[in-house]
Amino acid sequence: MTTQEWRFTAKDIASKPDLFLSGHRACAGCGPASVLRLIMKATRGPTIVTEATGCMEVVSSIYPYTSWAVPWLHTAFENAAANASGIDAALKAMRKKGKVKQEHIDIIAIAGDGGTFDIGLQALSGAVERGHDFLFVLYDNEAYMNTGIQRSGGTPTGAATTTTPAGLVIPGKLEKKKPITEIMLAHDMEYVATASPYYWKDMLTKVRKGLEVNGPAFLHIFAPCPRGWRCEPSKAIEYSKLAVESCVFPIWEAVNGKRQLSTPSKLIALAPQKKKPVKDYLAGQGRFRHLFTPQNKHVLDEMQRLTDEHWERLLQKCEPSS
Amino acid sequence: MEKQAKQETIALNGDEAVAFAVKQCDVDVVAAYPITPQTIIVEKFSEYVANGEVQTEFVCTESEHSAMTACLAASATGARTFTASASAGLALMHEMLFVTSGCRAPVVMAIANRALSAPLNIHGDQSDSMAERDSGWIHIYVENAQEAYDSIIQAFKIAEDVDVSLPIIVGLDGFTVSHTLENVDVLSEDAVKQFVGERQLPNVLTHEGKTVPFKLDPDNPMTMGPIAFQNYYFEFKRQQEEGMKNALKRIQEVNTEYAKVTGRSYGNGLIDAYKLEDAEIAVVCVGSTSGTLKVIVDELRQEGVKAGLLRLRTFRPLPVEELRKALSNSTAVAVMDKSMSFGGFGGAVFTEVRHALYDDKKHPFIVNYIYGLGGRDYSPRELRTIFEELTNIARTRHVESQIHYLGLRE
Amino acid sequence: MSREKSWKEISIAGVCSKSSVGFMTGDWKTYTPIRDLEKCTKCLTCVMFCPEGAIKWRPEMGDIEFDFSFCKGCGICANECPTKAITMKIEGE
Repeated sequence: MTTQEWRFTAKDIASKPDLFLSGHRACAGCGPASVLRLIMKATRGPTIVTEATGCMEVVSSIYPYTSWAVPWLHTAFENAAANASGIDAALKAMRKKGKVKQEHIDIIAIAGDGGTFDIGLQALSGAVERGHDFLFVLYDNEAYMNTGIQRSGGTPTGAATTTTPAGLVIPGKLEKKKPITEIMLAHDMEYVATASPYYWKDMLTKVRKGLEVNGPAFLHIFAPCPRGWRCEPSKAIEYSKLAVESCVFPIWEAVNGKRQLSTPSKLIALAPQKKKPVKDYLAGQGRFRHLFTPQNKHVLDEMQRLTDEHWERLLQKCEPSS
Repeated sequence: MEKQAKQETIALNGDEAVAFAVKQCDVDVVAAYPITPQTIIVEKFSEYVANGEVQTEFVCTESEHSAMTACLAASATGARTFTASASAGLALMHEMLFVTSGCRAPVVMAIANRALSAPLNIHGDQSDSMAERDSGWIHIYVENAQEAYDSIIQAFKIAEDVDVSLPIIVGLDGFTVSHTLENVDVLSEDAVKQFVGERQLPNVLTHEGKTVPFKLDPDNPMTMGPIAFQNYYFEFKRQQEEGMKNALKRIQEVNTEYAKVTGRSYGNGLIDAYKLEDAEIAVVCVGSTSGTLKVIVDELRQEGVKAGLLRLRTFRPLPVEELRKALSNSTAVAVMDKSMSFGGFGGAVFTEVRHALYDDKKHPFIVNYIYGLGGRDYSPRELRTIFEELTNIARTRHVESQIHYLGLRE
Repeated sequence: MSREKSWKEISIAGVCSKSSVGFMTGDWKTYTPIRDLEKCTKCLTCVMFCPEGAIKWRPEMGDIEFDFSFCKGCGICANECPTKAITMKIEGE
């Protein structure tokens, strides 16, 4: 079944049994938990999941309990993609000898921004270069949340984390967010995309597209963490919408390098007046609270400037809308 | 009496012998990264793959850490896996060695033992694998290319035993064994396949309430590699120790079974005692230096000296009983170490052997000779001085110095 | 409550032996969602977003059902409901 044929309604998805089960120990209102539960609805058959150390791994596999209804492997922090490589190689080898019953098994490697942007980048790059057949899902909550909200390469400029606190001299993280999807695009992959859980239909379609690629695929999913972002526990999905509306996290997909904005971002490109100011997205997030002071206004302005710049650059890189 | 299998003599160096054995063992996945002096293993194996001589998936990972990860994940999927490394590569895998053992994956790894940096040194000593002795891997050290070939084949059988289910390192001295050409008697591929058999999987209880083979299989989903808190972690470690205990037995069994097929056995698989029964002075050695030491022992015996040699083949699990029995009648023993444990009381092998003998009412004087670091060569004449010192100790019943550095320029 | 098992009684390698659906996280909540049936259009938005999977679509009933044994009271359902049919109330009030 190709994605063109995969039409689904909310009822279809809601009727599918959860493969990421209730009873996990994520915080109330966890964005990544919502993301993981949803993406597992887009599986199309036998699936093996492998995960890097991180929030989602820890909350779903506290011995003796597991929240995974599919075969699942965790080994270490930096090697979700290397796990996927090993599983892929094993299945290929064993299938040749008639030792694998299933005709095809999808492999999904899941990691947070820690296990992708930083410590996980080497294994990811290597696995993609070798062309293993797997989908890499990055759930980006923009800091090393599981160890206590420390900054990562995915932490945006201006954010306060425990290792980039908003201090008297330095107002949070000074460096820019690492352009992980640009890096993955440069690997010449068949499918690279970004998604946001508010737009769950788009997100599920992208997961399915990634699974259908015969080779590596990369999906960067925005996953707000109310605990680490210090906002209301009910706001994770709302922030995932605001991030797209303010162009802080535009959503698009690139098939064989040809990039197209997805509908929610496309609507803003077509009607720029709809683009919300970055301030609207930052408000209510404790990690950006220090930016709403006179002495840090320049950082706020810088963030708007960076967002605008990236957005303009993205528009130039995208294929003209059909 | 089982008939021995037909064997053919071919010229192979240690690395080639390893690759040849792997070729015959029906390995599913080899994930490896090259590092001197192991490179010939991966290069030779690549040739087999390119020529269609094996059905193995060969994954050229981007680092040794990923190589071990890929082997572990492949093993978790039910595949038979192999890798090889040395020195810095093995050190880079350090984290994953503990994980692989904790996940009870029977990965077989050849280590072409080489010095660790800094300074950079590509030559042979045993510091790389000695530094991993706590990681929960079985360690077998070979004397020559023949034994490297034989031990790789045995390794799969030892590691994959469901009561063992632990990964295994087969150590061969860098350059001395890895790059030295020898006549190696090899079995036919059929004979090896018959000896090693198919990989058997232990059974585990999954969250679905089913007891099924331990592998990633969508038909029987299971969760591997969880987080275990204070209330369970300790129990899993104890289980690994049980695997080690079972390995002591299994290594001996496999050694005996292999002897029936090939006519070759290495002591009892754990230790190889040479002229030790009535030895007054003895040397304990790990690896290829044993070859030279045997010649010296023979010379000394000719001269009327009751000398002996204990080659410690299996370092993990440590064959405590065998060590006690073999060495208790000697008066003076020198333990050789091709590695150092800075700030400790002697090298790893010295520490463990001495410790094993401590509780015996009668035990020999035991001294340590650290030698060969960074590939520092040693002559038979230098090695003889060890026996001279032991003779001195046995006579005077006095130890002048406990730790010696053989061949070091003071 | 069962006692913890000995090392001889558990499977090797830490393979998990229980599904998390046996671990009720519902007692975590301070707030509980209350649905106004008249405003609810059964759009299933809340079912989609609940991180716990604690809101289930029951096709045989033609309605959704809250599983309070897993609901942590985060309020995402109330926040995202397009008709504001869900409000969060302190549990027990």
